[in-house]
Amino acid sequence: MIAHIFEDLCNGCDACVSACPTHVFDLSPTGGAPVIARPDQCQTCFMCELYCPADAIYVGADQTRPEPFDPEAIRASGVLGQMRRDHLWDAPAGDLEPLKEYWRLGPFLGEGAQIAAARYKRQHPQGDPPSALP
Amino acid sequence: MTQLDIQTDVLVIGGGMAAAWAAIGAARHGAAVTLVDKGFVGTSGVTATAGPGHWWVPPDPKLREAAIDKRDQTSFGLADRAWMERVLEVTWRTLPELQGHYAFSVDGAGQTYYPGVRGPEYMRALRKFAQSSGVVILDHHPALELLLHPDGSAAGAAGYARLTRSDWRVRAGAVVMATGGSAFRSGLIGSHNNTGDGHLMAGEAGAHLSGMEFSTIYTLSPAWCSTRTLPYPAARFFDAEGAELDIPPPMADKAHHQALAKAMLAGPVFADLREAPEALKPILRRIQPATVAPFERKGVNLFEDRFQVKLFGEGTIRGTGGLRVIDEDCQTTVPGLYAAGDAATRELVVGASSGGGSPNSAWALTSGQAAGAGAARLAKTRGRRTLDTCAPAGRAGLRPARGAASVDERGAIAAVQAEMLAYDKAFWRRGETLQASLLRLNDAWRELADHRRAEGLERVGARETAGLLATARWATEAALARVESRGLHQRADAPGLSPQGGRRLLVGGLEEIWTRYEEAAPEALVEAAA
Repeated sequence: MIAHIFEDLCNGCDACVSACPTHVFDLSPTGGAPVIARPDQCQTCFMCELYCPADAIYVGADQTRPEPFDPEAIRASGVLGQMRRDHLWDAPAGDLEPLKEYWRLGPFLGEGAQIAAARYKRQHPQGDPPSALP
Repeated sequence: MTQLDIQTDVLVIGGGMAAAWAAIGAARHGAAVTLVDKGFVGTSGVTATAGPGHWWVPPDPKLREAAIDKRDQTSFGLADRAWMERVLEVTWRTLPELQGHYAFSVDGAGQTYYPGVRGPEYMRALRKFAQSSGVVILDHHPALELLLHPDGSAAGAAGYARLTRSDWRVRAGAVVMATGGSAFRSGLIGSHNNTGDGHLMAGEAGAHLSGMEFSTIYTLSPAWCSTRTLPYPAARFFDAEGAELDIPPPMADKAHHQALAKAMLAGPVFADLREAPEALKPILRRIQPATVAPFERKGVNLFEDRFQVKLFGEGTIRGTGGLRVIDEDCQTTVPGLYAAGDAATRELVVGASSGGGSPNSAWALTSGQAAGAGAARLAKTRGRRTLDTCAPAGRAGLRPARGAASVDERGAIAAVQAEMLAYDKAFWRRGETLQASLLRLNDAWRELADHRRAEGLERVGARETAGLLATARWATEAALARVESRGLHQRADAPGLSPQGGRRLLVGGLEEIWTRYEEAAPEALVEAAA
């Protein structure tokens, strides 16, 4: 859930106000950092972090409730901007690096499913799985 | 006060991949296009937070036929082979057009890899593609209601610009509804806006829906945060005492989810990912960055620590139901109103099964292109009809049937969540529990429709509540009417297929809901493929 905007890092561009798909933020009435106006509408999608060019936003891990946190510990942890760095979001158009490994998603899903299927077969040498009905 | 009052050829409502492809499709056919979205085109909807793969088969007749045969087997007689062929062809031809806006990577064999795309980058590319096609995008402009001509055809829509706090109205020659599915506010990643708004608006105009009973599908995630699913297929599962649970593998599909649901009804369930593919572990972050964050920020080592999991309902998102389309242009039963993506029924491609991500994305792209093209043609033929009168069609939440009074919207949403998402009710449906759900949902609907008169920004939430209730009621009525078990729809009191069940089930109406089986065999509906 949206946790914090670091006002000293915020450059006032309001990109998060636009980018948030669920209208969590309001423009600041005084022209500073946006206001977290509707945290209950946050779906913990991290899109505001991705679109924040100043790495000034922190979204907590739990989507169901706000969790206690220490802003200075968050700042020191290096997690600010993680989403943008992991995506290589600002790479120049046409740069293949950000999505270089993306084609492996399908094969990895398949490999995971095979691992589970083989394990199940080992655990049930007689065949038929038990009924899942209650 | 209406502060924005404009005219266009085609109005697209929605902001995910189907809406973007519809807008691009309409612009390609020479139409002036305005797109209004509740959120932001780029981050809105379930595609933006996901990584959709598109159903992708080269144009070799043998390969295509084999792929269609395979898909047909899981459709339980409700899909349409001509539509499947068209979806494969349009997707194959169209997706590569995004080159230049999206940096398609190269696969292990050195070939450009088209079918799988990462959500945020894909939606950012679609936004740019739409804008470069001349589409006018209005973010944070939720539509509240359709405008209808006296003959019942679509005339445009009205809504509220929520960042500038002002009303808007768009008159259009044709309207495309691409508002996504309804996830019944399950917390599924990306689905907060997916509240059935488009179903509701179309339903008020008299549109029919189809396949709404196929709405029971779930995705596994850590209990504290819904994520995408890349790391989980190899998981082992444990109860609170640390005893391993006997869960059929993901390939067992229905049995996998039913076993997990049964275990979760009994107590907390924990996943252990130590057996996940070794090569995935170091590069998960490179593929799905947002899947890693909820673990790191909670201090959980994803591939070492056991963590609690739950199933997040997908409703009609990966379920198949939605607005019924009656022609190749994806026109609904409301003239001039088209449907695309999850807002439309996907039975044409996947029948009674989910289909998973790839046919769903291919459907969103193809139905978007089809609806956009059809809407553009209608707008060219009939004109914008802006001299004709029109009237707003919105009711529940806006114009109460009885006296305005305070209404418990939170309670209404809680009722939708309880009746639609509880594992026992969804995985093992029964006539009597469905009846009980309907009583509760109908009561909540009645209260909202009779008494809620929202103003200003509150209208957005009130209409979301109405959309959730409407889609929940349609899904439950349809589940009650289909007395058999077919695909996603499993009735504990009616196991197995019924000989009469191989037809699509239609549903509609808001005050009084009706259901009836479609008369024509599915194959007869679409004769020709594009």
